[in-house]
Amino acid sequence: MNALLDGSIWFAQLCFVLAMACAAYRLVRGPKAQDRVLALDTFYINGMLTLLTLGIRSTTTVYFDMALLIALFGFVASIALAKFLLRGEVIEP
Amino acid sequence: MTVTDVPWWAVVPAALLLVTGGLLTLTGSLGLLRLPDFYARMHGPAMGTTLGTGCVLLASMLVSSALAGRPLLHELLITLFIVLTSPMTAMLLVRAAVYRDRA
Repeated sequence: MNALLDGSIWFAQLCFVLAMACAAYRLVRGPKAQDRVLALDTFYINGMLTLLTLGIRSTTTVYFDMALLIALFGFVASIALAKFLLRGEVIEP
Repeated sequence: MTVTDVPWWAVVPAALLLVTGGLLTLTGSLGLLRLPDFYARMHGPAMGTTLGTGCVLLASMLVSSALAGRPLLHELLITLFIVLTSPMTAMLLVRAAVYRDRA
């Protein structure tokens, strides 16, 4: 029965890596700046999901904390970049 | 404690949730890759952000609870955070895109 869980974790990680490759392509080739910001946000989410699947496999809670931190950093980065695209400044006086 | 100790009633739903979440996330990122313009591309990754994250976190919660023998609900924190923050990011990004396209 654990072969089922192992296989599904493997499959999910493969899916997340392919999704990260798609996001990385859009990050490099995105025609506009907003495409790149969206791709960076997607990249962060996919990386967080990869870490969570690693955590399921290793049954430790360290990966959970790392995933929470990555979600936090991804949110801050996306908000700051979107704000920069909107106003040309991140923190307004 | 390793993955081998997980009982079967937790393994089957967790495996289903993991496969579903992986496929949904991959579909969303393929949408990011293939759709023609930015406003269409906004819609793809939202699927991975909501449903993919929800499925994987539910699977993680199931496996860790089955291993510990009591309900462990840490992962709800990430779910809550993602659910709260991803609409804000999307809204601000679309507002920036509309502003930049108009200017």
